[in-house]
Amino acid sequence: MMTSTRRSLLRGTALGSIAFAAALAGCSKKDESAPQAASAPEAAASAAAAPAPAASGALKIAFVYVGPVGDGGWSYAHDNARKALEKELGDKVKTSFVESVPESADAERVFRDLAAQGNTLVFGTSFGYMEPMLKVAADNKAVRFEHATGYKTLDNLRTYDSRTYEGAYMAGVVAGGMTKSNVLGVVGSIPIPEVIRNIDSYTLGAQSVNPKVKVRVVWVNEWFNPPKETEGAQSLIDGGADVLLQNTDSSAVLQTAEKNGKYAFGWDSDMTHYGPKAHLASAAINWGPYYIQAAKDALGGTWKTGKSWWGVKEGAIDLVSISDKVPAELKAKVDKVKAGLKDGSFSIWKGPIKDNTGKEVLKEGAVADDAFLGGIKFFVAGVDAPVPGAK
Amino acid sequence: MDTYALLLAATLNAGTILAIAGLGLLINERAGVVNLGAEGMMLVAAIAGFATAVQTGNDWLAFGAGALAGAVMAAAFGVLVIWLNTNQYATGLALSLFGSGFSAFVGIRYTQERLGPRPHHAIPGLADIPFIGPALFRQHPMVYLAIVLTAAIAWFLYRSRAGLVLRAVGESPESAHALGYPVRRIRLLAVTCGGALCGVAGAYLSVIYTPLWVEGMVAGKGWIALALTTFATWRPSRVLLGAYLFGGVTMLQFHLQGQGVAISSQLLTMLPYLATIAVLVLISRNPAWIRANMPASLGKPFFPGG
Repeated sequence: MMTSTRRSLLRGTALGSIAFAAALAGCSKKDESAPQAASAPEAAASAAAAPAPAASGALKIAFVYVGPVGDGGWSYAHDNARKALEKELGDKVKTSFVESVPESADAERVFRDLAAQGNTLVFGTSFGYMEPMLKVAADNKAVRFEHATGYKTLDNLRTYDSRTYEGAYMAGVVAGGMTKSNVLGVVGSIPIPEVIRNIDSYTLGAQSVNPKVKVRVVWVNEWFNPPKETEGAQSLIDGGADVLLQNTDSSAVLQTAEKNGKYAFGWDSDMTHYGPKAHLASAAINWGPYYIQAAKDALGGTWKTGKSWWGVKEGAIDLVSISDKVPAELKAKVDKVKAGLKDGSFSIWKGPIKDNTGKEVLKEGAVADDAFLGGIKFFVAGVDAPVPGAK
Repeated sequence: MDTYALLLAATLNAGTILAIAGLGLLINERAGVVNLGAEGMMLVAAIAGFATAVQTGNDWLAFGAGALAGAVMAAAFGVLVIWLNTNQYATGLALSLFGSGFSAFVGIRYTQERLGPRPHHAIPGLADIPFIGPALFRQHPMVYLAIVLTAAIAWFLYRSRAGLVLRAVGESPESAHALGYPVRRIRLLAVTCGGALCGVAGAYLSVIYTPLWVEGMVAGKGWIALALTTFATWRPSRVLLGAYLFGGVTMLQFHLQGQGVAISSQLLTMLPYLATIAVLVLISRNPAWIRANMPASLGKPFFPGG
């Protein structure tokens, strides 16, 4: 499907008919997702029985995914957490999900449907759901909404995110120790602060064990486009990079590294089995702890709006399945970072840090706060590329 | 120096997919049928090929399965537009949408699968020549087959009698009909062959190029192949060159980004389509060029005796 990217980008197309096709492709998503939403057993619940929290038995929780559950990355991680939530809370909750919902007017309709079906806790797992969720939340005060990676809140809409950059930093530590060419490559998706922060953190991690490391970046400008991810990865390898990281949603980069006899990481989910020889470790997000906490909040009546940004400390991100190829001393360094992040004794973003134009962005001893981290639009020194669109 | 050899190699590899699919579509269009379903056919072929490769471990069987899947879908399309005279554009779009949904549906259980080690190819002797070896002679056989295929199709269209008949059907089906040629069957055959080639391209994508299966993985290559036939003004050799050009633009922009050169990748992403529009404008303004290239009855239904 042409539009199955996390943030649907309408392709610039030459022929009028092609543009038309893209529009139709968007529509087809609607048709695909509609039956899934409707086929949930909840459809039987009368719409008149307005969602009253904890009124009838199990808490009904719905999840909206931007990609297919089988993407093996982003949406897959969310769905694993949904399963963990069901396992943990058993009969007290009843979950359902709608997958491949584009970030368009369709999303609003899906959220409205889910609210009307009596769900009292609804998770939207992509940035582009922000505006639709704000609208639907304003109209459905009794339903609690949770928006992943967003920044706007309401009394019944709160946001949550994972500190993926902590995973990127730990991957960087491994990459810095494993590279022979001292050139690392990153296949970036879209140059937004979240992704730039991950690339920076990866670089900082690599530099912590190997100051000579250079990081090269290519952008595919999509969250999900396996052939393009492959092409980007191949060009990085051809340019001399021997350890790759990707901030895209598929396992294509890892498999390209496997094909070329280079190293790479899994991202979002554990991707070991996609490229057993190339795989060094996976920076896996675990949304489970947050989903369980959110459901408990809703069940116990303690749910209130806010912004959560969970990291290693809360168990929301981890570097998992570290390969046997990684020497023990390097593993020990990762463990040390992990322990430091857990007890708060270590900060990744602690000055002095310079950007790659030589400007000091963080003074000696200064520790970045969340506002700083949320607005990172520069590459740190060592990243051998300009930030797209930067002057 | 070596980097440029690898860049050239990657360009040929990327262009191969577009070339094979584009040549398939060229055959359709030369017979007067536009099939906008390329993306859908490639997706179904990609999962058919991937599934076959997973089950049998044989890449060539996988290409065969891809070709078969593409041919079956194209034949269904052909029956609809040639015998039932449904609108070619609408039916093609429907095929594309059907293909993306259908491939996602049947492919669910293959998204977690992976293929065994991908083969490495090198032509003994030639592969060790400095620069030229890594650039040209360490490719998958399909890369060379695409070149052979281009020559074969060019020969077929311009040198063989059957090719002349095919072109006649695309230019003036009424005349061909009057001469006693089975216009509908010829068109169906052309459409089916075109679908088979799109299928091979789809299977190459999922089995060799990427190599994985996920929903929607063709990600627009089918549309680029469609644009390519117009860009190439329906000439096989230009399809091949255009495919390398489009593939090269993609690889070059990644290469430049990797070198830290500030370049707008968004701009380069739309280049194939911009180039296609430019060609359309050029050939539309010059009647002689259109007559020389564009099949006169492209996209028009044919009613025998009507």
